[in-house]
Amino acid sequence: MTDLTMPTPGPGNEFGGPLTRFLIRHPSGIWFLGLLALFTLGITVLSEGFGLDLISTSLVKTFGKTLCFCLVALAMDLVWGYCGILSLGHFAFFGLGGYMIGMWLMYARTEIIVVTAGAYAALPMTKDEIDSAIGTQIFGVVGGSEFPAIWTFAHSLWLQFLLVILVPGLLAGVFGWLAFRSRVTDIYLSILTQAMTLALALYLFQNDSGLRGNNGLSGLQNLPSLESTPQSVVSIWFLWASAFALGLGYITIKLIVESKFGNVIRAIRDDESRVRFLGYNVEAYKLFVFVLTAIIAAIAGALYYPQAGIINPAEVTPIASIYLAVWVAMGGRGRLYGAVLGAAFVSLLSSLFTGGQAPNISLGIYEFQWVDWWLVLLGITFVATTLYAPNGLGGLFDLFAPKRRSGDG
Amino acid sequence: MMKPGKAAGLSPVALEFSMLRIASLFCALVSLALWTISPANASPEKFSEILTRDFKLIQHSSVKTIGPVLEAIQQSGFDGAAEFLGKWQTKELWFREQDDRFFYATTEDKKTYELIDAITGETTAGVGKREIKQVKPNSGVRRLLDSALLQFRLTSSDTSVRSASLDSIERDAKPEHLSVIRNAIKDEIDPDLRQQFIQLERLLTLQFGQASQERISTAKGFAGSLDLDVRAKLNPILQTSVGFAKALPRDINLARVIVPGKTTIANDGSATGFSVLDWWFTEQKPELELNEAYALLVKEKAAPALIDRQQRDAALIAHMKDGRVGGYEISELNSEKVRDAAYSSLARSGKVSQTVTDANIKEAVGSYIFYAAYNEPDAEVTTAIRETLNSINASVRWNKFLDLALDAISLASIYFLAAIGLAITFGVMRVINMAHGEFIMMGAYSGYVVQQFVPNYTASIIVAVPVAFTVTFAAGVALERLVIRHLYNRPLETLLATFGVSIALQQLAKNIFGTQARPLTAPEWLDGALVVNDVVSISWIRVAIFGLSILFFTGLWWTLNKTRFGLETRAVVQNPRMAASMGINPDKINMLTFGLGSGIAGIAGIAIGLYAKVTSELGNDYIVQSFMTVVIGGVGNIWGTLAGAGLIGILQKLIESVNPSNTLAAQTYMIIFIIIFIQFKPRGLMALKGRAAEA
Repeated sequence: MTDLTMPTPGPGNEFGGPLTRFLIRHPSGIWFLGLLALFTLGITVLSEGFGLDLISTSLVKTFGKTLCFCLVALAMDLVWGYCGILSLGHFAFFGLGGYMIGMWLMYARTEIIVVTAGAYAALPMTKDEIDSAIGTQIFGVVGGSEFPAIWTFAHSLWLQFLLVILVPGLLAGVFGWLAFRSRVTDIYLSILTQAMTLALALYLFQNDSGLRGNNGLSGLQNLPSLESTPQSVVSIWFLWASAFALGLGYITIKLIVESKFGNVIRAIRDDESRVRFLGYNVEAYKLFVFVLTAIIAAIAGALYYPQAGIINPAEVTPIASIYLAVWVAMGGRGRLYGAVLGAAFVSLLSSLFTGGQAPNISLGIYEFQWVDWWLVLLGITFVATTLYAPNGLGGLFDLFAPKRRSGDG
Repeated sequence: MMKPGKAAGLSPVALEFSMLRIASLFCALVSLALWTISPANASPEKFSEILTRDFKLIQHSSVKTIGPVLEAIQQSGFDGAAEFLGKWQTKELWFREQDDRFFYATTEDKKTYELIDAITGETTAGVGKREIKQVKPNSGVRRLLDSALLQFRLTSSDTSVRSASLDSIERDAKPEHLSVIRNAIKDEIDPDLRQQFIQLERLLTLQFGQASQERISTAKGFAGSLDLDVRAKLNPILQTSVGFAKALPRDINLARVIVPGKTTIANDGSATGFSVLDWWFTEQKPELELNEAYALLVKEKAAPALIDRQQRDAALIAHMKDGRVGGYEISELNSEKVRDAAYSSLARSGKVSQTVTDANIKEAVGSYIFYAAYNEPDAEVTTAIRETLNSINASVRWNKFLDLALDAISLASIYFLAAIGLAITFGVMRVINMAHGEFIMMGAYSGYVVQQFVPNYTASIIVAVPVAFTVTFAAGVALERLVIRHLYNRPLETLLATFGVSIALQQLAKNIFGTQARPLTAPEWLDGALVVNDVVSISWIRVAIFGLSILFFTGLWWTLNKTRFGLETRAVVQNPRMAASMGINPDKINMLTFGLGSGIAGIAGIAIGLYAKVTSELGNDYIVQSFMTVVIGGVGNIWGTLAGAGLIGILQKLIESVNPSNTLAAQTYMIIFIIIFIQFKPRGLMALKGRAAEA
């Protein structure tokens, strides 16, 4: 099997490090990375910022954001498609990651504005004065000026990066530990994760949550001290970063699912009690997967929201997490490229149809408007997918590819 | 036509015939013939007598002398007396020295006036300004006139006038009103109004009573009262003002001695030690912080003023020289410490006033005794009122608890209604239906559509209930046939598929009904609230929802446990193959059960729509709570759903009562509580036992 510590004899063993050998053994990974690189390069060359100016900056951003969606969908696929935990909370982790990075972006940019304005004052500003001026700027909309304790590290990019990983990781850890420990499984677990998401969203909606309530964090597309760099260039940077993160995420998750660990979690998905009877610590495996995927989701969110420019609590509501499940299910769960495909396909179509760019279809007596009917169609398609094509879009590959063991995508 | 001679002695009804009318009749009446007036209406003569007798007193009125005159005017029984007093008060009363008569004057142009005789109503046009003089009452007299006028209004024959003037006194009570009210009570005949008079008299006695004994006894009479007015009148009497002195003064009604930064107010108005725990739990602060106490000293010029940061910075800027100030470079002044040091060095060189240090503040504050004294000087009165207020507060607390309990029960019944349909589809059949919320929404919209066709609200609600049930029953059956049937024993797929249905239905509702909220109007008999007292009340809609949930619960329990259909449902749920071999058609039972659960959701939708706005997202707001209710209560058991709804409703209201302004936080904490609760009771409050639990 594909255990990394004990490489089986084969043609891949003779050269290269373990990763290279792994990739050669699983060519789908090479395919994926190759296509991703090609896609990124293509967009870059055609983009406004670097190359031929055939693709607008907003479209580049859309592609960048889609890559982030693909990454979070990968995480969802690992936790749901491979481990059988239908989490309705992973988009909340995605949002949390966005909030964490957004805090730094907002703080740092406001600090620059305040310090620049303060340079003309008669006395040089004290630290307190700078802090309170930033506080007034940021929290004025919710009628405050004091920094809540959760902003303690907002001045430092690196600490805040750490929080992108720690906060969702810790939340997922505590929640998962509580839930798995008491053997909450299946739909109950789904409902519980949904409740967690709702609790988080309701908390963020409050004005005194310390994260500007309803208003959320805004202006995130402006990178501090890089104001002079045009958005067309910044968008390309983020596209690269997103593509890099997606590639890295793909390889990481691929490594996991192709290892012995991957076999265990698949076994947990198929029959949890049996795995437990075999002596595995099922809870620990599940908790690891849950926390890891939460962190991947958070990283995806941290890359997404600087491209989106704004984050507010509505992004964290349970419905967003359910859509995430829809993407993965439509793409075909239990295969990594399926999740990526589903997220890319459905989210791009959604933004196409709800953005009002798609032409309306005139049906004689009724003007068919995509904005109105897209969600109805999506809902129905989704029901049909669940009923008749449980393998989703990824299942199409099975028609062409030679017969293989399922879940080995 | 009313006989003029009888006007003064008539019943209130006849008098109501209109004061206006009488006034206009009056000119004619008096000028016609004074001698035809019967003895009962001798008042104009009496009135004119008063005016003639007291001419000088009115002309140069003062508070000391005017009392008897006003009394005489009030008792004259003359109908124009009120108008006379009113004109007098508003400085429209004039007199002519040549014949000692009073007039109401209006300017014709700048030089001439039109005069109306105060007694006869005769008009004289074109009188020069020099002939007449204005009566100018001073403010004291005007106040007396005010009460005299009030007396007139309070004894008016028109009930609405009396009631209105009563209200105006209630809004803006003055000490002089007390005697007026006491006079008026005697003559009040309307029982309701009399009750109000008595209540107002007691409230005014509290505030303005002369003898402390009567105030004390009145205060005691209010013990335990829940009336908002009473509390509003009692509290101001206990207002204190903070003062300070070297030694505690003897002539004050002392409420408490304040130790700045250390004490806070106890329930009985005395001082009590302040602890950090107080702040932690109630965010209570010391009554007087050290710097507040110092500010008080500064205000009374008992201590030198503090130099605050702005003043310090301004002084620094003012004394800048060659980029330096107080021995520091300007660029160094980027911390409080350096700025303070720079200022101190300025102060040492005598350029600015000395700073006040923390030690100075402590010393200055420590050399005085701070105290809070009641504005009310009578200690017995404040004690009696404090006792009354405490007893009122105790009964208010008790009633608030009662109100909270009612709120909790009503919230619980709403959750129960939203979840009861789910208790069947999810709880009994183990089918997770994410579109349940949309069935609630469909029920509410059915009600709205019915109301478009049936204008009578009562009738429309009666029609809407079966319509909503039918619509959602059909939708439920369709969903079961088309989707869920294929997914039995694949719960996660069911969840996803029904979620797809939920997205589609929500958007469909949006397309049909638009995004704005549609009203579902309750019939009039459900308007308003059941008011128990000033604290406890509950709206009739909530009472109705409570009734409805009881009805649903018993109906459902009866259906599941006492009917053939219920028996078959339970059989199919427990073992479909065994049930089938007993001649039960599991397909049919599943379909009908699912339809029943959905239909109940539809009726719940009408109830919820009556008090919440009907939008396409109505279901969204309830779906998570509904699932929580069923899971917490224990799946497979409608008693469990009842317990779950009760627990969630009561809990949410309890958390809300800690911080009423923040219902979002309450929901957040409640969900966290549920997540923790499930740790200890993973199968819910009313877990099934035995073999059924594993099904």
